[in-house]
Amino acid sequence: MFRFIISRVLQAIPVLLVVVTITFFLVRVAPGGPFSAEKAVPPEVIKALEARYHLDEPIWQQYLGYLNDLVHGEFGPSFRYPGRTVNELIAGGLPITAELAFYAMLVAVIIGVCAGVFAALKPNTPQDYIPMSAAMLGICMPSFLMGPLLVLVFGIWFEWVPVSGWGDLPGDKILPAITLGSGYAAFLARLSRGGMLEVMSQDYIRTARAKGLPEWVVVLKHGLRGGLIPVVAFLGPAFAGLLSGSFVVETIFQIPGLGRFYVQAAFNRDYTMILGTTVFFATLIVLFNLLSDIVSVWINPKLRHQLREGK
Amino acid sequence: MKLLKVDNLTTHFHTREGVVKAVDGISFSVNQGETLAIVGESGSGKSVACYSLLKLIPQPPGKIVAGSALFDGRDLLQADESTLQNIRGNDIAIIFQDPMTCLNPYLTVGEQLIEPLIYHHNISRKNAAVRATEILGEVGIVEPEKRMGSYPHEFSGGMRQRVMIAMALITEPKLLICDEPTTALDVTIQAQILNLVKALQIKRNIAVIFISHDLAVVAGVADNVAVMKDGLIVEQGPVDEIFYRGQHEYTKKLLAAIPEGAKPLSAQSPPMNTDKKSEHKPLLSISALKTHFHDYSGGWLKRNQKVIKAVDDVSLTIQQGEILGLVGESGSGKSTLGRSILQLVPITSGSVVFDGTELTRLSPTQMKPVRRRMQMIFQDPYSSLNPRMTVFDTLAEPLLYHRLATRKTVTAQVLALMDDVGLARAAIRKYPHEFSGGQRQRIAVGRAISTKPELVIADEPVSALDVTIQAQILDLILALVEKHDLTMLFISHDLSVVRYIADRIAVMHHGKLVETGITEPLFSAPKHDYTKKLLSAIPVADPVKERQRQVDLIQLGN
Repeated sequence: MFRFIISRVLQAIPVLLVVVTITFFLVRVAPGGPFSAEKAVPPEVIKALEARYHLDEPIWQQYLGYLNDLVHGEFGPSFRYPGRTVNELIAGGLPITAELAFYAMLVAVIIGVCAGVFAALKPNTPQDYIPMSAAMLGICMPSFLMGPLLVLVFGIWFEWVPVSGWGDLPGDKILPAITLGSGYAAFLARLSRGGMLEVMSQDYIRTARAKGLPEWVVVLKHGLRGGLIPVVAFLGPAFAGLLSGSFVVETIFQIPGLGRFYVQAAFNRDYTMILGTTVFFATLIVLFNLLSDIVSVWINPKLRHQLREGK
Repeated sequence: MKLLKVDNLTTHFHTREGVVKAVDGISFSVNQGETLAIVGESGSGKSVACYSLLKLIPQPPGKIVAGSALFDGRDLLQADESTLQNIRGNDIAIIFQDPMTCLNPYLTVGEQLIEPLIYHHNISRKNAAVRATEILGEVGIVEPEKRMGSYPHEFSGGMRQRVMIAMALITEPKLLICDEPTTALDVTIQAQILNLVKALQIKRNIAVIFISHDLAVVAGVADNVAVMKDGLIVEQGPVDEIFYRGQHEYTKKLLAAIPEGAKPLSAQSPPMNTDKKSEHKPLLSISALKTHFHDYSGGWLKRNQKVIKAVDDVSLTIQQGEILGLVGESGSGKSTLGRSILQLVPITSGSVVFDGTELTRLSPTQMKPVRRRMQMIFQDPYSSLNPRMTVFDTLAEPLLYHRLATRKTVTAQVLALMDDVGLARAAIRKYPHEFSGGQRQRIAVGRAISTKPELVIADEPVSALDVTIQAQILDLILALVEKHDLTMLFISHDLSVVRYIADRIAVMHHGKLVETGITEPLFSAPKHDYTKKLLSAIPVADPVKERQRQVDLIQLGN
């Protein structure tokens, strides 16, 4: 197990290097720069700024310098928020985004897994079609449509929950979490349905029934563990996706999270901010993938065994 | 006393192709302490009939249309779900066929064993675990306390089947349904399992329904036999009646299809091509071959501690034109030896010389022309054929890859191959799932001989097939060996099959060859103890002799 984790961490290094390199050169290729604005700025001011941020050096030197900073855990200063470093900006936005992603994940797992398992118990009946059609709808509906719709219905018509904000009014976290989580809930529903359908047709489920176990024991104890393996494998990437994909939801609900910084940085050509957040998110994605792989191995005794045998 | 009386049981499956009458009005009964064997080939409905009793068939598409099944005075077919739950695993228990797939891979064996006790006898987990440990010991699992915490994949096939038996017997049921309990097992393990079931049956006076396609096994265990075909019981009666005075055409056919080795009389047909053996030119010679694997199961810190010697210092020669039967139980290294010859696994040391060429030193590119001359037939025709390739694709691929055909001639060559292996030409565009097991194995045989190989390694080519189909495929292989002048290494755990097909036999045990010899002398006078043990474990399709054999075995054991 230890070897497996080490080797996976080592594999992540070249992946991250490629991400950094591509992003670094791509943002430079994009027209405009961090200091081009509507108002004309005197050339000497721009020169001074560029010199301050090492933008006047040859690009490969900038690249190596940036890599050096990264190795030391430094994302560098922000170009658009003078006096603040990218590290500070990420540290400021991350807790909010992480909290939002966590609630969205809860919504996704609870709704998704329940709906999927429920549907799988009676395949090709209304008990299957109804939740699965809802899931299809959830996958198809983009969050910029889902969010305003939920706001309209539950915030404005019924006035049950606040329409925006984060942590200011009671209940203002409900709609963002549902909006962000619903797409993933739909996806998890389909995954758990597929997993459960496969497991419930296995011979050992018939064995469990032949032992005279009540049906709920057959489903929850004998079925669920195997059936949720594809779900668990997807949870890691899904959480990383929730973290990095929260931009739309954060904008709709006026949440000061990381997603908004990220997109604004791209518009502003805030080189260090774009790079910093990209590298940060890439690291998260790699990390969560690894995490869900480890959990997958842990819940599957056969994989555990194979890993020990070095296969 | 009648424990179970089934009357006019009818189970239909509603499929897209229409209604399949899987069980079409059958009646049978079982007395306490007796064994009823239901025999028939796969698809005859014997398993569906028994699963219907406990409503363990998938519904839909399955539907129990009519009938009654009186068990202890209650009609199982009219019982509601909660009543059935009380009967399942408590009064009636089932031992399923495939111990590899019938145990839950995610739960420990102990957890699975105690479940019936907890739900039926309402006792504490702790007491249930004590009882489970006892019964694990009773079915012959060593160190049962330790094994309670193991997962199914940590057991061998035979051991898993023992766990299944323990699980079925833990609640002391009145009726035990054994669905092909030994089909997936080696012959010596099979003998042990059969004896175990028999002993437990006598000890507890339980009734047994024994489902099997193997008449030789049935001869030893059954009191009564019911022969099933296409959802109907065509004949039933006491075991001696069926075996010695079977009336129905189909019963006779089943009895006739038993491989020669299991037949009581040694009226063997002489080997087909003895005269040709006079050439005696070795085509393949293996010397001091070793294939070892590392076992990492001790954890990564202690790795390289244990080496599994799958093939351990084997030397063997196969003459041009002969069929060499390689027998041994699972784990004896016979398949690894086959793969080592083809250089499909990295060998540790030794040499493999094929027609004067040393194979162990060839690069993959140099190996390519040799591969054409050595082909393999695999065990399971259900998984060894690509489900997305038609017969044409499967047979044409090796021809085109080895440039034995051009785009223009390939169709004609594929059709000729299909004639060779007895497949209808019209089936050329069909996919594997449209064929029966036997036909699929014909495709696999066709694929193996398509490149006109000199050596064919057949790894358990008939063990997944029904007995009448087995005979057909064996005859096909014999005919092809004759026609194309093939040399064959025939790997099998089934001694009767090997006896039928092989000119010479090599017996493998724990990675070593323990005995080689001409087939008949080896069968009639085995020299090595292990060979003797193997041969004595083969059941004989003759009830009287089988009973005598069991008495002998028990005396031998004491």
